[in-house]
Amino acid sequence: MNLATANASPPATQFVTLTINGQQRHLEVAPWTTLLDLLREYLDLTGTKKGCDHGQCGACTVLLDSKRVNSCLVLAVAKDGSQVTTIEGLAAPGSELHPMQQAFVDCDAFQCGYCTPGQICSAVGMIREGHAETADDIRELMSGNLCRCGAYPNIVAAIEKAMDATRARLSV
Amino acid sequence: MINFAYTRATGIADAIKEKVEANGGGQFLAGGTNLVDLLKENVARPARLIDINRLPLAAVEPMSGGGLRLGALVTNADTAYHPEVQRRYPMLSRAILAGASAQLRNMATNGGNLLQRTRCYYFYDVATPCNKRQPGSGCPAIRGQNRVCGVLGTSAQCIATHPSDMCVALAALEAVVRVSGPQGERSIPIAEFHTLPSNTPHIENTLSPDELITSIDLPESPYAAHSVYTKVRDRASYAFALVSVAAGLELDGDTIKSTRLALGGVAHKPWRLPAAEALLTGKPATKESFLPVAEALFAGAQGYEHNAFKIELGKRAVVRALTLAAKGTAAIHDVNGQTADA
Ligand SMILES: Cc1cc2nc3c(=O)[nH]c(=O)nc-3n(C[C@H](O)[C@H](O)[C@H](O)COP(=O)(O)OP(=O)(O)OC[C@H]3O[C@@H](n4cnc5c(N)ncnc54)[C@H](O)[C@@H]3O)c2cc1C
Ligand code: SF4
Ligand code: FES
Ligand code: FES
Repeated sequence: MNLATANASPPATQFVTLTINGQQRHLEVAPWTTLLDLLREYLDLTGTKKGCDHGQCGACTVLLDSKRVNSCLVLAVAKDGSQVTTIEGLAAPGSELHPMQQAFVDCDAFQCGYCTPGQICSAVGMIREGHAETADDIRELMSGNLCRCGAYPNIVAAIEKAMDATRARLSV
Repeated sequence: MINFAYTRATGIADAIKEKVEANGGGQFLAGGTNLVDLLKENVARPARLIDINRLPLAAVEPMSGGGLRLGALVTNADTAYHPEVQRRYPMLSRAILAGASAQLRNMATNGGNLLQRTRCYYFYDVATPCNKRQPGSGCPAIRGQNRVCGVLGTSAQCIATHPSDMCVALAALEAVVRVSGPQGERSIPIAEFHTLPSNTPHIENTLSPDELITSIDLPESPYAAHSVYTKVRDRASYAFALVSVAAGLELDGDTIKSTRLALGGVAHKPWRLPAAEALLTGKPATKESFLPVAEALFAGAQGYEHNAFKIELGKRAVVRALTLAAKGTAAIHDVNGQTADA
C-alpha cells in the first residue's frame, strides 16, 4: 500500500512492519506520517480519535508495545517492529468486551464518547504500569486524558470497578 | 509540517556522523514529544531527522564512586519509577512525575527533556515575531501575553522560561550532562548547561551543534531524607509550572548543615543561587530562617504585566518547599509525585 501523500516530493517513503491489533502489516509510510494518521486515514481504524494533535488531550492514546502513548506525537516510521493495540483490538472480534470497556458502559462513564477510546486505552495502560491504588492515584495518573463532557466521576468509578479484572487479564 | 528525510542511527558514532553530514539541517529524534509538536507548528524545519532511539543509551547504572548514571534514552517514566532514583533522589522522581502526563512521560526521554523548548506562546506561533525563533524579529511577549514568561535573568531580547520540571531537580542535585561529539566526549555541569537569553535567545545551552547527550550523571546526595519538589500551576495536574521549587536539606538534628534550592518557571534556566543557600548553614530549620533566603533568591526580579505575581508566589513557594523538606521526605504525602501536606 502506498501511503505517501500527494505532495510527497522526495525524500522518499519507507517500509515499516507493525503488528496492529495482532495483525502484522507491511506498510509504506512517509516519514512525517504520525501513528494516529496512519491508523485513522490509511488503515480505517477510526476508533482512535484526534482531539488536539499536540499531546494535550489524550484522545489519541493507544498501547504501543503495551505502553500508553499519544499516537499524535509518534512518527510511524520510527516504530518499525512494534506492536500497537487500539480500542478496536482490546477484545477479540466477536468476543465479550474487555472488562474496562464493559465497566465504562456499566458506569455510564461518557456522554459524547469522543474521549472514551483514549480513556479506556489509557486506563488499561495505567493498570499495567501498576502505580494506581486509590481514586486519587487514578485521577492523577489519568490526567493526560481530558473529557470535555466532564464525565470524570464516572470514569474514575469505571476504572476502579474494572481494576481487578484488568489486572487478572494482564497476568495471564 | 515540512517534508523531511528520516534515518535510523545504528550507533553513537554513526548518529554523530549523520548529524555532521546533514550540515546543520539534521535533528535528533528521541521521544518526539516536543520535536514532533514543533514540526507540526512549522517551528522546527529540519531537512533530516536522525532517529537515535536504537542507540544503547537506555540504562540506569550505578557509577564507580557512588553516583547514578541515567542514560539519555531512558524514558522519563522509567527514570521516575526506578527504585534507585526513588530511594536516593526522591526530589528528581517527584519532579518528573509532576510534569506532563503519564502517556507523555512514557515517550519522553531524559536527553529530550533537557532540550525541550520554551512554551512561550509567540515562540510557537509562526505568524508572530520572536527573537528566539527568528533572531532580530522582536519580542512581543515583553508587552504581550507573558503569564508563562520569566522574572529572573530576563533580557531586553527575550523573557522566556525553560519549562522543564526534571531540570529543576537536576540543578538542585548538581547533575552532570555527558555528551559525545565529533571532538570526543565531555561533561557539562548542569549549572553551565542551560544559558540565559541575553542577546542570543536562540541559543539555549552550551551543547555544540553536533553533540549528542549520552547520559545525565547524578553525584551522591545527602538530601534524600529531606527532599521536596513543589509545583504551582493553573490546574492540579498536566500543566506547566508557573513556579516550582526543588529543595533539599541536610540536617543535623534541627540545625541545617547544607541546602540545595532550585527554581523553575521563573527563568531561561533552572534558577540557583548558592549564596542564598549558604544563608541557611548553621541555622534552625524554621520559617524565620527561610524567609531571608526567599528574599535573596528573588533579589533583582523584574515582573511584567501578567506575571509579576510570580515574585511573591515564588517567595512563598520557597518557604513552603523548605518547610516541607524539613518535615522529611517520608512525611510528605505523595500521590504519584503530587506533593500535599498529610
Ligand atoms: C502537552 C504537553 C505537556 C507537557 N508538560 C510538561 C510539564 O509539565 N513539565 C515538563 O517538564 N515537561 C512537560 N512537557 C514536555 C516534555 O517533558 C518534553 O517534551 C520531553 O521531555 C522531551 O523529550 P523527548 O524525548 O520527547 O524529546 P524530543 O521531542 O525527541 O526532542 C527534543 C529535542 O531534544 C533533542 N534531543 C533529544 N535527545 C537528544 C540527545 N540524546 N542528544 C541531543 N539532542 C537530543 C531533539 O533533537 C530535539 O531538539 C510537556 C509536553 C507536552 C506535549
Ligand atoms: S520571550 Fe523569547 S520566546 Fe517569547 S516571544 Fe520573546 S523572544 Fe520569543
Ligand atoms: S490528539 Fe493526541 S493528545 Fe490530543
Ligand atoms: S465523553 Fe465527551 S469528551 Fe469525554
